[in-house]
Amino acid sequence: MKRAAQPTETAQVGRSLPRLESWLKVTGRAEYVHNLRLPRMLYGKICRSTVAHGRIKRIDVAAAQAVGGVHRVVTGEDVRALIAEPYYGPAFHDQPVLALDKVRYVGEPVAVVLAADPHVAEEAAHLVTVEYEELPAVYDEVEAMTSAAIVHEALKPAGTFPDLKHLKGRTNTNVALDFHLRRGSPEAAFSTVDRVFEHRFRTQQVMHTPLEPLVSVAESTETSITLHTASQSPSFVRIEIARLLGWPENRVRVRVPFLGGGFGAKLYIKLEALVSVLSLITKRPVKISLTMEEQFFTITKHASTFRIKSGVTKDGRIVARDCEVWWNGGAYADIGPRVTQKSGFTAPGPYDIDDVRVDSYALYTNLPPAGALRGFGIPQLVWAYESHTDMLARELGIDPIEFRRRNLLREGRPQATGTRMKDAALEKVLERLAVLMSWEEPFERGGGTVRRGRGIALGFKACIANTTSLAAVNVNADGSCTVYTSCVDMGQASDTAMAQIAAEVLRIPAEAVSVVHSDTDVTPFDMATLGSRSLFHSGNAVKLAAEDALKKVNQLRDELHLPADAPIADVFKKKYGMRAGSVTGAGNFIPPYTPPDENGQTDNATPFWMVGGTGVELEVDTETGRVRVTRLVNVADVGTPINPKIVETQLSGASIMQLGFSLFEKMHFDAEGQLRNASFAEYKIPGFHDLPDEIVNEAVVGQQSTGPFGGKGVGETGTFGVSPAIANAIHDAVGVRLTSLPMNPESVWEKIEASR
Amino acid sequence: MRTEIRFRLNGEQVAAQVAPHETLVEVLREAFGLYGARESCGQGMCGCCTVLVDGRAVSGCLYLACLCENAEVRTIEGGTALDAVQQAFVEAGALQCGFCTPGFVLMTRQLLDEIPDPSEDEIRHYLSGNLCRCAAYPEIIEAVKLAASKRRKS
Repeated sequence: MKRAAQPTETAQVGRSLPRLESWLKVTGRAEYVHNLRLPRMLYGKICRSTVAHGRIKRIDVAAAQAVGGVHRVVTGEDVRALIAEPYYGPAFHDQPVLALDKVRYVGEPVAVVLAADPHVAEEAAHLVTVEYEELPAVYDEVEAMTSAAIVHEALKPAGTFPDLKHLKGRTNTNVALDFHLRRGSPEAAFSTVDRVFEHRFRTQQVMHTPLEPLVSVAESTETSITLHTASQSPSFVRIEIARLLGWPENRVRVRVPFLGGGFGAKLYIKLEALVSVLSLITKRPVKISLTMEEQFFTITKHASTFRIKSGVTKDGRIVARDCEVWWNGGAYADIGPRVTQKSGFTAPGPYDIDDVRVDSYALYTNLPPAGALRGFGIPQLVWAYESHTDMLARELGIDPIEFRRRNLLREGRPQATGTRMKDAALEKVLERLAVLMSWEEPFERGGGTVRRGRGIALGFKACIANTTSLAAVNVNADGSCTVYTSCVDMGQASDTAMAQIAAEVLRIPAEAVSVVHSDTDVTPFDMATLGSRSLFHSGNAVKLAAEDALKKVNQLRDELHLPADAPIADVFKKKYGMRAGSVTGAGNFIPPYTPPDENGQTDNATPFWMVGGTGVELEVDTETGRVRVTRLVNVADVGTPINPKIVETQLSGASIMQLGFSLFEKMHFDAEGQLRNASFAEYKIPGFHDLPDEIVNEAVVGQQSTGPFGGKGVGETGTFGVSPAIANAIHDAVGVRLTSLPMNPESVWEKIEASR
Repeated sequence: MRTEIRFRLNGEQVAAQVAPHETLVEVLREAFGLYGARESCGQGMCGCCTVLVDGRAVSGCLYLACLCENAEVRTIEGGTALDAVQQAFVEAGALQCGFCTPGFVLMTRQLLDEIPDPSEDEIRHYLSGNLCRCAAYPEIIEAVKLAASKRRKS
């Protein structure tokens, strides 16, 4: 690669460079944990709870243990013998490694069978019998507020987040966080407005279904443990496993190759604690690979209910808004309390409203746990506030885009938290959406049984704070460069983006940069790859590290009396008399942040705002209720695109994923909390036949002044507006209003039928 | 209970000891260290496990290995240089996490063998048995068209 190490004046940021790992992926050679086999490795198969809520009376493992080839059967009590308090979680230490005393949802892991042959382990796992004393269960998030069925006897906040500390030890409640925001005097404002509108919206529980199902491998010695895991958060895994075992962090090593998709499913602890314990018990490497079915019992997206009320003036100004949101967190909190707060404070939408009230509740229920899924709660909120906002506009007889224009939260104006908007191109996104939708032009409305409609929606998100990323950049003796980051490439092309950022600083081609995958023994701390934070946070850390390395190379040039444009290879050669040596730069990035006060107010709620708008044209078949999206327009503020082609695929991919959540994906539970469709035969995700005829993606001209070369996150932005834009377009086409997801043919047809 | 089967794998004559219940994907992984065909949904619904057996795409997670006796089996690992389809997938950015990519590449080869210049409808229909959760579908359509034109030129 002699060519690659030559300096270049070509800009590396802004190049639509194909992913650096393209060759590996098109030849099937990319490394995934899925592929890993270790000598003497045992496979674990999980025996799962068959009741939604119950006390474990007895677990009989004799029949399973007797199967030829079974190495061992492990239950929660075996785990407790090793770890006195075997509970984990990022917000609450509420989730047992294997069920202890109680089960809290159908599908919860109760025992594991270990065998060298996974077929033997699976066969034997069916032979474990468990007796339960069934307890009353609760499934609905609003009912969970007042239900007599209590999922956890006492709340156990992890202590990481200050706003959860007051919940410690609280009993007789399913509320895992109550977040409240107050701005101005909404009560007074509601009494003076011309019109008041109130609506209620619901979203359903869905699953990420990464095509590489969750998988982890642990290998241990007496004094150390190494995890190979498909995780978006290796640094968190190390900290949490070290805490559970009472070991120093440097005895826990976490390695992550490529991920076959993540979308928020592979965060925090999933299988890592379980395989660690199993490896320590058996003193052999242990692998657990979930099936697609088992993923549905592991982590999901919150179902939610949102009551939203607005006070408006005759001339179409929203002056007061009251938001009450209930998040169905399932049996374990996972990151739900953060979704409740971090997304909750944007519940009033991207509008300039003086008087605001938000009450946002994280609820425990007896369903599979819910966590982050491509938007961290934002798509649920935008669904409600953008459906509601469109309803206000139509009630008032004002064009939906004009109504949003009148109320838009403009640059420099305070958002509901009091934080002033900065580098948030809401106006540009709305206006470009109007242009790309040809909003002022006449629209063909169809006829007969196929009616056409169009709609738009605009959403925004505050990137999660307070988080930190570190990185190191090594400049090698030939001028090539190696980046060390714990940012995980799960398909979003972070390796390529980080390489482009380092290359831009060092003025070398991005192809001359390699990115070392997460290995906590090697790569520096990074909070996690989530919430579209990495391009900004890890990217800034990589930029700082590259600048630090460059500074050191320039110092060497000075010391050696070399001209400023002397190639890096010449610098090292002169310094060491041969090709030798390297220079390492370090980057440590943490953006400023002010925690909110008791009214949710802060002058700095977020390091950056993400803005996404969606326009939809569609057809509704009035006889079948089938909705066909013919045109999908995604407009986003992503700051300056580091790699425009990849930005486009992120916007497009996110919007198609959200199309599935909008139109057909839904986890169906029966009255006993049993999931009825945990497979691709019964749970359909978008395929080629679900694509709109035309998809338009556009990043507006934007600049994140604090981002690396003006860039910011994009992974989630395409999801924000899709669901409400579809609902608004359905209303435009046939005059009925969908308030619950998914908008499948049955529900659309029922609405049409009821309106006849 | 294992029996020996013989077949051609990516052009080489091979043999493997297989159990009656073992699938083609398992044997490729366990006996030959080939990981490009991978089990995901386990039901033949997603196409991640696509393997060509006697020139026809099968779901390797459902296809019993013992049925491959004397067959010609091709996986993504066959071939040394990138072919037109692989080059087109790279150039069109038709992949994200890469987990489904080998299946799409193999199906696209079969599509272009049957229909050298497919329409967009034909592409969507032919590849509808392959799923991509990252939803790189528009880029995959672009890649298939690009691969078709590369093949015509060569």
